[in-house]
Amino acid sequence: MVVVLGIESTAHTFGVGIATDKGDILANVNDTYVPVGGGIKPTEAAEHHSKVAVDILKRALKEAGIGFDRIDGVAVALGPGMGPCLRVGATLARYLSLRYRKPLVPVNHAVAHVEISRLTTGFHDPIIVYVAGGNTMIVTLVEGRYRVFGETLDMPLGNCLDTFAREVGLSHPGVPKVEELALKGKRYIRMPYIVKGQDLSYSGLLTYALRVYKEKKYSLEDICLSLVENAYSMLVEVAERAVAHIGKNELTLTGGVARSKILNKKLQIMAQDRGIKYKPVSPEYAGDNGAMIAYTGALAFAKNIVIDVEESSIRPMWRIDEVDILWRE
Amino acid sequence: MEGIAARALAHLKDVIGLENPEILSVGAEAVLIKGIYAGETVVAKFRVPKNYRHKELDRYLRESRTVLETRVLSKSYLIGVSVPQVVFVAVEDGLILVEYVRGEKLKKTIENNDHYVKEYFLELGKNVGLLHSHGIIHGDLTTSNVIIREETKEPVLIDFGLSFFSTKNEDRGVDLHLFLRALESTHPNRSSEFFTEFLEGYKSVRGRQETEKVLEKVKDIRSRGRYVKERRKTYWKM
Repeated sequence: MVVVLGIESTAHTFGVGIATDKGDILANVNDTYVPVGGGIKPTEAAEHHSKVAVDILKRALKEAGIGFDRIDGVAVALGPGMGPCLRVGATLARYLSLRYRKPLVPVNHAVAHVEISRLTTGFHDPIIVYVAGGNTMIVTLVEGRYRVFGETLDMPLGNCLDTFAREVGLSHPGVPKVEELALKGKRYIRMPYIVKGQDLSYSGLLTYALRVYKEKKYSLEDICLSLVENAYSMLVEVAERAVAHIGKNELTLTGGVARSKILNKKLQIMAQDRGIKYKPVSPEYAGDNGAMIAYTGALAFAKNIVIDVEESSIRPMWRIDEVDILWRE
Repeated sequence: MEGIAARALAHLKDVIGLENPEILSVGAEAVLIKGIYAGETVVAKFRVPKNYRHKELDRYLRESRTVLETRVLSKSYLIGVSVPQVVFVAVEDGLILVEYVRGEKLKKTIENNDHYVKEYFLELGKNVGLLHSHGIIHGDLTTSNVIIREETKEPVLIDFGLSFFSTKNEDRGVDLHLFLRALESTHPNRSSEFFTEFLEGYKSVRGRQETEKVLEKVKDIRSRGRYVKERRKTYWKM
């Protein structure tokens, strides 16, 4: 068994987790940067991360009740994400690796979302719907890698709803607030519904929803109902296409938007109609967190995936399908 | 799964009296059922209502997709693209009946190392070129959506479920991009070879200049943010 400390800093959350490759989460301490107005500015988020980093690290070690002597490796999410944010986590990881002479383990943030979902659902070989502020994709393991069976061609789903929320004056994060209003909506307004093969496009839907809002012909509740209905149904349709095509019998939802009640209900209904099992990631691990980096790092470290500090530059565009998943035979 | 298929079968028996029904596949969007209608062997494509969607959205999507698919299929047939003939349509039921094409899927013939695979891609390229010249985008080009007709050995394009009318090179580019990606994921070792052959046929119908314009778009689409460096290099010869 190995114990790994993991650092997350790809976007708005800075987190440190400690976990074993057997799936024990010993610590999970996170702090999320909330923008005062507008969206996340990478440099401001990075500033937040450097301010909280040391404190979060100390709290994580305290939560786990262990010192660095018990830690076998330091994992860090090198990407995908925002450059300035990634650099904070990478710098801390390099320092800890050199200072305590611990091997450095590179972790892909998207892979970590998948692994934490497998761990908390108990699913062995699921089809994974990964939806967050920065990502929208459907993946599953084929020949040693998580292959992308569908993804957004432009903006991520979470970003679409967050941006809409912001533009109509709802505060960040917008998804829960948009959903709350959607549940009060009564009338469905027809909006763009764009599925291209296995891929999705959300930018046109966002533009249209904002235009309808500015026309002031419909209530905000009805607009939210229609926006959410289209955004989620598009995703569920593509997920259903993946399920029909791949033929696996487990389906999971991971990433920040996995807390969405409406999306969960839709996926649940689809899974039931197709006779497959459905379970989302545990809510506490839905958003970005240090524990998922630590756990994935532990899986990787157990397979000797380590890098030298010299090779540890950040990888802002690192795709999920570039990573060999050596821990799954 | 059985639930969806059973619902579809019962419905088809009631609505059009399809004889000897046999389920071919339960796809994501529709159930395909082979049967006999007015003495002819047909394939019924039934778009099943989706319980996860708002009723109004669901009805709109099923009806509009049925209408669009029918129009695309009929026009494709008229301009000489090799597609199954339309036999019967019931829009409000989300139902289309087409001629049954006997033969194997292109995907299968590739796996079987069929000697004529390259010719199939050449012919397929011509067919897709013809579609694009007439403002039709297939929308779901994969090797599973091509049947090699048993009698004539010609590739027949099927499943126009995501097709639409457009003369934009962006849409043509997405069409070819998705096809290339399907080749890369399904036949990774021969994708470049097949795509090059396909382009040969495409070019012979659309001409070099138009083909290059579309390929510029394909490059453009592949290099947009979310695609890896590796994908930025050229995968085809012209």
